[in-house]
Amino acid sequence: MYGIVGYGSYVPRFRIKAEDIANQWGTDPEAYKRGLLLEEKTVPGPDEDTITISVAAARFALARAGIDAKEIGACYIGSESHPYAVKPSGTVLIDAIGAGPECHVADFEFACKAGSEAMYVAYSHVKSGEMKYAMGIGADTSQGAAGDALEYTASAGGAAFIMGSDNVAAEIVHTYSYTSDTPDFWRREGEFYPRHAGRFTGEPAYFHHVMNATNGILERSSMKAEDFRFAVFHMPNGKFPLRAGKMAGFKQEQLEQGWIVNLMGNTYSGSSPTGLAACLDVAKPGDQILVTSFGSGAGSDSFIIRCTKHISEIQDKAPKVRDQLATGRIYLDYGKYVAYRGKIRTNLL
Amino acid sequence: MITPRYHREIPQRYRLEAGKCTGCGKVHFPPRRVCKECFGREFETVTMPTMGKVLTYTVIDIPPAEFDNLKPYVVAIVELENGVRLTCMVAEAPPDKVEIGTKVEMIYRRLQTGREWEVLQYGYKARVI
Repeated sequence: MYGIVGYGSYVPRFRIKAEDIANQWGTDPEAYKRGLLLEEKTVPGPDEDTITISVAAARFALARAGIDAKEIGACYIGSESHPYAVKPSGTVLIDAIGAGPECHVADFEFACKAGSEAMYVAYSHVKSGEMKYAMGIGADTSQGAAGDALEYTASAGGAAFIMGSDNVAAEIVHTYSYTSDTPDFWRREGEFYPRHAGRFTGEPAYFHHVMNATNGILERSSMKAEDFRFAVFHMPNGKFPLRAGKMAGFKQEQLEQGWIVNLMGNTYSGSSPTGLAACLDVAKPGDQILVTSFGSGAGSDSFIIRCTKHISEIQDKAPKVRDQLATGRIYLDYGKYVAYRGKIRTNLL
Repeated sequence: MITPRYHREIPQRYRLEAGKCTGCGKVHFPPRRVCKECFGREFETVTMPTMGKVLTYTVIDIPPAEFDNLKPYVVAIVELENGVRLTCMVAEAPPDKVEIGTKVEMIYRRLQTGREWEVLQYGYKARVI
C-alpha cells in the first residue's frame, strides 16, 4: 500500500474582504461576491512567501507522520510564485526541516497544478521503491493585477504531503492526468502579473481538462460519484468547482468540506492540495476522496484516495485547515494590502 | 547581514540548533566555540523547543528602511520552555497584543528581503499563540 503517511496545511493569518477590494475600484461588492461566491481571501504577511508557507506546511506534515526528516528522499515544491528565478525553493526548505543534504530536490511549475505535480512525482518515487518517503508540496502567494478580477481571488497558503508505504493514512488508489496546449493564462519571463485570454478561461480550459481528468479516472477505476465521501476540484473561484462537481455527478454535501475558496481565495498551486487537507482533517477510515487539480496551460491531475485506520491517529497532531481559517484572522485595509503585496513602489527598500 | 554570515548561521536560524556543553551541560544559543561556564570546547547539537513566553519587549516605531513596511513592530526577548533566551521580532502582532508573559511560538519567516540582486534571508521569529 502506498500513499499519504503525513500531511500539513498552512493558512496565513492576514485577510482582506472582497468588499474592501470592490470599494477601492468603485465596483459593486455584492455583484463580485455573488459572481465569485467569495467573502474574503488570505494575504501573505510581508515576511511570508512560498518558502515560508512550504516550511510551515512541511513541519506540520512531519508532526503527523512522526518520522525523521532525514528519511525523506525527495522534496518537491510546486508553485507559480517561487521567490527566486534561479535558486530552488526546495533547497531552503530541506535545510529548514532538516531533511538535507541527502535528498533529491526540485521546484515544479505548472500554473495552479504544480502542487499536484509534486505530489504525483513524490508518490511515484515511493511506489517504484526508489525511496522510503518523498514529500510533495503545493504552495503559493498568488499574483493578481490591481483592479483585475483575479485580485478578488489570488491568495496565499499551501499543503504538504509525505508519501510512504508504512502506516499509510490515506492510500492513493488511482492517478490520471489530462493535458493539452491551451493558452488560457500565462506569464512570460520578466512580467510581474499573469494575463488571461478570457475566451479560453472557462469551457476550453478549466472545464475541459477537469472533466476529462475526472471522467477518465472514474472510468479507469470503475468507480462512480456515489462511491466517494468527498470530492475536491481546483478552486479558481467559488462557482467553477461546484459546477464541475455537479457535472461529474457529485452532490453538494460531497463538495462542501473541501470547498474552502469562499474564505481562503484561490491559492493557485495550494488550492486543491489544501482542499484535500481539509477533507483529510475530518475523514474516517474507509472514506474515499476524489481530487482533481487544474493548471492553466493547461492540464489536470486526478487522484483517488482511500483513508485507512491510521487517519484518525494523525488528524489531531497538527492544525486543521478550517480551524486556521476560522481563528487568528487579521483584516487589512486596501492600502496595507497593496503595501504587503508589493503592488506600490515607495522610496524605501 | 552579509551572505557568508547568513550561510554560517543557517543551523541556528532555520532549526533553532544550540550547542550543549558535554562538560557541564550548559546550553548555548547561539552556539559558542567555548563554554562560558566551564570553558569546555566539546558540544553536542540540541534543538530548542518552539514554545516560549515574552520576557520583555520594545516597540519599533522608526525602523531601518528595510523594515519600514512592518512598522510598528515588536522585538522581544523570548524565554523558551527550556529556559534559553533569545532576541527576535514578533511577527504579525500589533504592539498592543504583546505583553510581558505573552505566550509565543517560534516560526520560520523571511528575515531580510534586501534589493533584487541580494540573497533572501530566512530564520526564526516569534508569533503570539
